[in-house]
Amino acid sequence: MLDATGARSIRDLFGSIPEEFRLQRDLDLPAAMSEAELIRYFRERAAENSVGYTSFLGAGVYNHLRSVVTDTILLRGEFLTSYTPYQAEISQGTLQAIFEFQTLACELTGQEVANASMWDGSTATTEAVLMAERITRRRRVLVARSVHPEYRQVLDTYARNLNMSFEEIGYTPTGQIDLEALGASINNETAAVLVQSPNFFGVIEPVQQIALIARGAEALAVVAIAEGVSLGAVRPPAEADIVALETQSFGMAPSFGGPYAGVIAAREKYIRQLPGRLAGQTTDNQGRRGFCLTLATREQHIRRERATSNICTNQALCALAATVHLCLLGKQGLQELAAQNIAKAQFALAELEKLPGVHRVFRGPVFNEFAVQFPRAVRLINAQLLRDKIIGPLPLGPYYPELAKCGLVCVTETTTREQIERLAEAVRETLAVPV
Amino acid sequence: MADRIKKARRNISQNEGLIFEKSAPGKRGMELPPSDVPPVDVQSLLGSYARTDLEGFPEVSEIEVIRHFTRLSTWNYAIDLGMYPLGSCTMKYNPRVNEHVARLEGIATEHPYQPQQLAQGCLKILATLQRCLLEITGMEAATLQPAAGAQGELTGLLLIRAYLQSQGNPRKKVLVPDSAHGTNPASAVIAGYEVENIRSDNRGQIDVEQLRNIVTEDVAALMVTNPSTLGTFEPRIAEVAELLHARGAQLYMDGANMNALAGVAQPGRFGVDVMHLNLHKTFSTPHGGGGPGAGPVLVKKHLEPFLPVPVLVERNGQIALDPVRPQSIGKVRAFGGNFGVLVRALAYILAYGPGIRQATEDAVLNANYIRKNLEEVYDLPYSAPSMHEVVFSDNRQKKFGVNTMDIAKRLIDYGFHPYTTAFPLIVPGALMIEPTESESKEECDLFIEAMRSIAEEAASEPELVKSAPHHTRVGRLDEVTAARKPVLRWKRDTDSKETVG
Repeated sequence: MLDATGARSIRDLFGSIPEEFRLQRDLDLPAAMSEAELIRYFRERAAENSVGYTSFLGAGVYNHLRSVVTDTILLRGEFLTSYTPYQAEISQGTLQAIFEFQTLACELTGQEVANASMWDGSTATTEAVLMAERITRRRRVLVARSVHPEYRQVLDTYARNLNMSFEEIGYTPTGQIDLEALGASINNETAAVLVQSPNFFGVIEPVQQIALIARGAEALAVVAIAEGVSLGAVRPPAEADIVALETQSFGMAPSFGGPYAGVIAAREKYIRQLPGRLAGQTTDNQGRRGFCLTLATREQHIRRERATSNICTNQALCALAATVHLCLLGKQGLQELAAQNIAKAQFALAELEKLPGVHRVFRGPVFNEFAVQFPRAVRLINAQLLRDKIIGPLPLGPYYPELAKCGLVCVTETTTREQIERLAEAVRETLAVPV
Repeated sequence: MADRIKKARRNISQNEGLIFEKSAPGKRGMELPPSDVPPVDVQSLLGSYARTDLEGFPEVSEIEVIRHFTRLSTWNYAIDLGMYPLGSCTMKYNPRVNEHVARLEGIATEHPYQPQQLAQGCLKILATLQRCLLEITGMEAATLQPAAGAQGELTGLLLIRAYLQSQGNPRKKVLVPDSAHGTNPASAVIAGYEVENIRSDNRGQIDVEQLRNIVTEDVAALMVTNPSTLGTFEPRIAEVAELLHARGAQLYMDGANMNALAGVAQPGRFGVDVMHLNLHKTFSTPHGGGGPGAGPVLVKKHLEPFLPVPVLVERNGQIALDPVRPQSIGKVRAFGGNFGVLVRALAYILAYGPGIRQATEDAVLNANYIRKNLEEVYDLPYSAPSMHEVVFSDNRQKKFGVNTMDIAKRLIDYGFHPYTTAFPLIVPGALMIEPTESESKEECDLFIEAMRSIAEEAASEPELVKSAPHHTRVGRLDEVTAARKPVLRWKRDTDSKETVG
């Protein structure tokens, strides 16, 4: 092959790189590993993690059942190793799957249109707010303090240089947004009100009332949802103008933070302000139904600096995981799953509240996680729980100084009654020992 | 025709409607274990917050789900089926062991908030990957947080802005060559910069003389893709860096084309201040029909204080995530990034070790082999030496009324995925071909033969090429109607009666 190119040596092929910049040594990387060695290497790393521990962590990343069917589909090379479906004639599988994902996202959220995916819940939320800014041409955003702290951090990073201003709206003893404060702060410069439901404390927000207040000022109601399974039991945010949904709960492993898939769903009239790819239904030259990427003039590869977003590569395979998972669960499965999560949370809450000095922080309705006040620092309790191979509640103090000694407990259908009882027992024992 | 097309022949393809059209009440594909706690009455517990119905949700059995998605999958082209010569996309083989290790218990199961002493395995993976990427690029500090290349660009530009701000003036403009990916200008805008597009010189390279006039006190950075989207190395890159630095501006490198450099040249050595990598390109993590990817950002020391939080640090033999960096730009994504993608990229690097250089050499050899074998039949608008990809134009075929898109669609009939069409924008009617190192001589030869055959068809039977593809399950799609009357979701009431997919 080298002869055919006319070059005398491989070195010749790199002749356009000035000599001074050519690496004259081997890269200093670990020695090459065979397949067996690679597997051993990663098994060793896995053993240094939390295998064998029971976890009560949620806070935006949830451990739910996953069917082997989902992975079976994801591992089909035709899905796994294909590119973005720009060549529609040989990408109909991916395109139809995206169209089904968009439909499921609409059905789940009660919205009219949805895109093909965003990087995750935090960036979907951020882009939803930027979208509201473009639609309203206003720059002031009211953000509930109960929105995931990391989502708010991402929003802040993105918006910092875009001349937007943010105002935080606090929460009441129910754990829900302070509607009175919201009503007092909103005005005709407000682009959007951002809430999360269930919020970071696991409490379900009164989306209908929030949307009503937003509408009164011609601002948009933007709702973030980090726990998609809640939508099997909780009223969808149909009154919202834009919804940013994290779909990790639908078939994606926690995987230390990603990859997951976010999605933005919205009212149809805002289609042209949506960021990201969209699959649309159309017909081919013989009138047969087919799908293609559409409305690309919103996107960076056409519109460049005037695009609605810089997103190109999205989370297509994760969106496929969500689609397969939701199809497997179906209507009844999702409803039953949501009901189980609620039942486990109610049971765990009752078990913990039996302990002296332990009680729930907020009165509002919860889905599968809730904030609990302990008589001492959560950090100290957790250190003890680790001895029983329990990863305890997430301390809220670092994020909310006013919630020192409070922890966020998450249980799902994967948490057994026995594990919940063991947690309660271990906390009881810990608290019995004076500090 | 049967003789001409060697790689493919027609095959039965199953029809399949939308999953919603298969739904029948009461079916389901997944059973949950029974609950072991007392049931609750969801409606009375949640009251007005309760959902009453899941209108429109599909109800199908397990085998229906398997068949549905398996049938859909057979309608896709994929690397697993053959060469995918998409220029600038680096569609290389995705090793299956990488999928295996990313799914291990103890890797896939880990929560980002678990105590760091119980996450040392994950953190070691991140630290090792970071070390490897720094060595490959010759840079000095890194973040693995960005979820994709475009987010890497934004992160890099925010770092530049924060750095310049700390020097007193964030400046106003980012320079973007006309050959750049569309993400470059789009990212610059989110970072709060105006975009100034700059023209390439007549060799398709950065016009250094022009640059001298443009780089003023207002310019924050120049975004360069190197090798450029023409697949050629910017020979005066160091001079460009020097010019920028002398005027207080920064050099950003889009690492989309790193597959031409890994193991051969380190961008850190030719003056780059900040760059991103696309792990889903150079480091073989699967594209998955459009994602997920990962876009780590690598910087020189002076930009390190501004990196997103948390930052990986080593303390007493343990690896920790340090959340406190007073000058940090903040977070660009919740949690640590697309960890599962990072795992796969590390597995790829560990499988090669220093041999990664050979992969680069093979990729460049394949591209040059294809160039040499096609340059008689396709027009080569820029003659600079090719690295990992080669860009032709449809100049010679245009006189028969055949354009790059037609040739691309005809390539589908020959059993290949098209090359990248109509990009870079500086080449009218571009055919951008990147074979990667994964392809054997045999596959490259089949591709060359197909491209030569199509060139002949363009001259002798142009209609055959212009109406391609002929053998796919759908023909060219009506994209105009799709955009004019967007149908972006299935609806029960507008359900077309069609059962043929």
